[in-house]
Amino acid sequence: MTLGTLITRNLRRHLSRVSLTAFGIATVILAFNLIVTTVRAWYAGVEASVPNRLIVRHAASLSIHLPLAYRDRLASMEGVTGVTYANWFGGVYRDAKGFFPQFAIDPASFLDLHAEVLVTSDERQAFLSDRRGCLIGRRLAAQYGWKVGDVIPLKGTLYPGDWEFVVRGIYRGSEASSDETWMLIRWDHMNEHRQQLDPDRAGTVGWYVLRIADPARAGFIARSVDGAFANSTAETRTETEQAFQMGFVAMSGAIIGALKVLAIALNAITLLVLANTLVMAVRERTRELAVLRTLGFRSSHLVTLVIGEALFIAGLGAALGMALTVPANHLYASFVAAKLGNLFPHLDLHPSVLVLSASVTLCIAVCASTIPITAVLRAKVAQDLRHIG
Amino acid sequence: MALLWSYSIRNVWVRSSTTVSTIVGLALVSLVLLAVLMMGTGLNKALIESGSADNILLLRKGATTEIASGIYRDQAYVIRSLPGIAQTADGKPLAIPELVVLVSLAKHGADTPVNVTVRGTQPDAFALRHQIRLTQGRQWQPGTTEIVIGAHIAKRFLPNGTGSHLRIGAREWLVVGILDAQGTAFDSEIWGDADQLMAAYGRESYSSLTLRLSKSDAFQQIDGAIGTDTRLLLQVKRERDYYREKSVTIATFIRLLGLTVTSIFAVGAMLGGTMTMYGAVASRIGEIGMLRALGFTRRNILTVFLFESVLLGALAGLLAIGGGVALQFITLSTMNWSTFSELAFRLTLTPASVLIALCFAIGISLLGGLPPAWRAARITVTSALRAPGR
Amino acid sequence: MDQPAIEFRRVSKSYFRGEQEVPILHDFSLSVPAGTFLAIMGPSGSGKTTILNLIAGLDRPDRGSIHAAGLTVSTQRDADLARWRARHIGFVFQFYNLIPVLTAAENVELPLLLSKLAKRERSKHVQAALGLVGLGDRMQHYPRQLSGGQEQRVGIARAIVSDPTILLADEPTGNLDRDSAEAVMGLLTRLHQQLKKTILMVTHDPRAAGYAQDILHFDKGRGVTDDARHVDHA
Repeated sequence: MTLGTLITRNLRRHLSRVSLTAFGIATVILAFNLIVTTVRAWYAGVEASVPNRLIVRHAASLSIHLPLAYRDRLASMEGVTGVTYANWFGGVYRDAKGFFPQFAIDPASFLDLHAEVLVTSDERQAFLSDRRGCLIGRRLAAQYGWKVGDVIPLKGTLYPGDWEFVVRGIYRGSEASSDETWMLIRWDHMNEHRQQLDPDRAGTVGWYVLRIADPARAGFIARSVDGAFANSTAETRTETEQAFQMGFVAMSGAIIGALKVLAIALNAITLLVLANTLVMAVRERTRELAVLRTLGFRSSHLVTLVIGEALFIAGLGAALGMALTVPANHLYASFVAAKLGNLFPHLDLHPSVLVLSASVTLCIAVCASTIPITAVLRAKVAQDLRHIG
Repeated sequence: MALLWSYSIRNVWVRSSTTVSTIVGLALVSLVLLAVLMMGTGLNKALIESGSADNILLLRKGATTEIASGIYRDQAYVIRSLPGIAQTADGKPLAIPELVVLVSLAKHGADTPVNVTVRGTQPDAFALRHQIRLTQGRQWQPGTTEIVIGAHIAKRFLPNGTGSHLRIGAREWLVVGILDAQGTAFDSEIWGDADQLMAAYGRESYSSLTLRLSKSDAFQQIDGAIGTDTRLLLQVKRERDYYREKSVTIATFIRLLGLTVTSIFAVGAMLGGTMTMYGAVASRIGEIGMLRALGFTRRNILTVFLFESVLLGALAGLLAIGGGVALQFITLSTMNWSTFSELAFRLTLTPASVLIALCFAIGISLLGGLPPAWRAARITVTSALRAPGR
Repeated sequence: MDQPAIEFRRVSKSYFRGEQEVPILHDFSLSVPAGTFLAIMGPSGSGKTTILNLIAGLDRPDRGSIHAAGLTVSTQRDADLARWRARHIGFVFQFYNLIPVLTAAENVELPLLLSKLAKRERSKHVQAALGLVGLGDRMQHYPRQLSGGQEQRVGIARAIVSDPTILLADEPTGNLDRDSAEAVMGLLTRLHQQLKKTILMVTHDPRAAGYAQDILHFDKGRGVTDDARHVDHA
């Protein structure tokens, strides 16, 4: 027998209370994991961005385009090793719920700059030789069951009309954080259409992407780009891809903030639940703990007993919570996908989320023990034996 | 029976630390639910109430937002001549073509800029949207680069209010007034002269056209007239529906996340309540035996313990509502994912959500208290007297 | 003459019940030579149990000093006292105070967890102690499966398993029927005679006190009569 035996036996004494507590903690951890996963999904774009890419856009707003003529000037600037450009296409598949991002791009230069978009050379060739062609991400293809050769009809919102695109390839992301829900169509095809219907706005691009040789000089290059176009008809704002993505995150800052507050509140609940159980357990064992003291057990032994019990319950709850997280996250992600389409493509459970919640729970277990431990340390043995003869 | 009620109340009062933590825990959970409801109401207020029932919004076919839409001057002219449109005091049709653009503004005290909606319009826009009135300064003079800004914009971006300058497009604009749109989306907008804004952006077309119906059932008439005119190629929407569609994504997200989290919490809180009440029963076995010996029935005991649960739940609910009252002072601003522009909304407490939160707290506590109360009711006098008790 | 096993030098101790001060011991001195079996008798509230708690260092005197098993108990730090207690003091209680979730053997093994003994040696000691109290066949029983007398004998086994110098018994027969009480008292007598333990027993029961070598009658904070040769008190 060891102190551990005593801890486990004590736990078995109130099996229903211990399991209720563990279940309670499990539910809280489950909620915590889902929230952290959601917050992570928000930052997914930031994580996927590459440090050697800059985004150049109109200084006033993303909704205002830049002239195509900027391309050659950008390409000739010092430190820039590649230029490509893109437009937000904003088409709708079937109904508004079928949302996925579509970009009108310049095929060769885009694939050259975005090394994380992996296609076979056959697929690349097929895309380059078909103006109505498109590339779609693996995840998107799986979601709608699209295969190479399928025709995808879209209703244009920014570029009115009924469009049809032929799938010429399905790309994979080279990193886990790469977004595999894009649909890439050809800018030249879109622009042709625009020249007929909306000649005012033809020949403009939503934003440029620059590749730079040295990420350390990003700030300098961004300033010189913006300087070159200052006081022209379309002034630019240049920032790293990361900062650009961060801007999107920051705009939803309030909701992320609320989620973070919620995650902290959750930990407070775990603390309450666990402390409550431990206090009950210690209170009803006041006399036994006093007896242990008469046997020569020191404060450190009793503290071990309490912390051991706390860690065990918290560990049980954490394990249960994580086991529940796997199916629950799956369910949650498919719910979100059903209701919101691909707005949150990165709602996958990441191991780091589990590691985070596990370590937070263990810290909380130790914190929760402090309340009963102070009671144990303050205890007066003679009184607790409850026998003044 | 009155004695038993006060017995319950005193027991809740006496079991201090465990009771407090249970109540606080349940209150936190109820507060999360309440906050979700309040966010939903706030969003509704900001977006759906932005639209007036008798207003109609015209967009280019296929466009889902004003930003993505375009209406040419000649189209606007055709529409203004249609029958079924309400008139202004001086007899002009109340149908206003507007240009809507986004500008990046840096939040006061933060360096990441956000997108703000700028609406180029006419002074008659105030007649079109009743909920809006000027609280400071004056309207812009048509034909000048003067603007009025929404209350929320003033608070977050332009703390100096009227007299400030702002660069929009290729021009400097002077803020001459601040408008109050009563929490609707217009509080997050900047208004100015349509022609000046067009010039600043080198645009020749409007974005959208909003008109007021002369009477509610004129909708069919106008919809029909626009649908058959091949020059127009426009879609006709009630303003309310337009704003409702814009709020769908973000409202769905908040509801989805909120309800997922709340339902998980509900289970946890119920377990917590069960545990506390089991503890309460266990520590009072002797008392329960005594009460039974005195002749109180099982039903009495069951009622007493259930009443105690309800009491805990009610206290937690009240605490949550107190938290909700405090949350009312919070204004959240976020990106509206449908338009990519800044949208501010205030957490709004309604009697319905107060009632829901209270019922939730009591219901959860009652459900959690049921098994322990059942156990308490089944305690017999003899087993109670045998139990080791202090 | 050897150093006494237990010595009280002018000890005073009082408790507070709310606002009211209740004196328990006043200027109390006592010297108990090693190997004595002393019974302390007296009415409830006269301070008998306090004497045991003071010896074990579970409580501290207001004034005076206490020496036991070669240590000045009244001036030690709590952690040192706990270590000392594990080696030198065995406690027997009126309500046995066994840990309900541990078996008889495990309850007896508890004090040995504080020693450096290996697992096998510990179980040898446990067997010996339980054998000595006549419960060698009840090792795996839980307290609730034992009678009161058996529980108290497990309690005694737990008190002696670490071979302490001093055994403190607080109303050991207070909760037992006469047969069980006699068995328990027989056991304590044997421990005194065969193992030469110093035993201090607080009791109400004159029959139990009769087993002791000496009896100290105790009232209002002072020993009032003394039948003993070896015990000196003021």
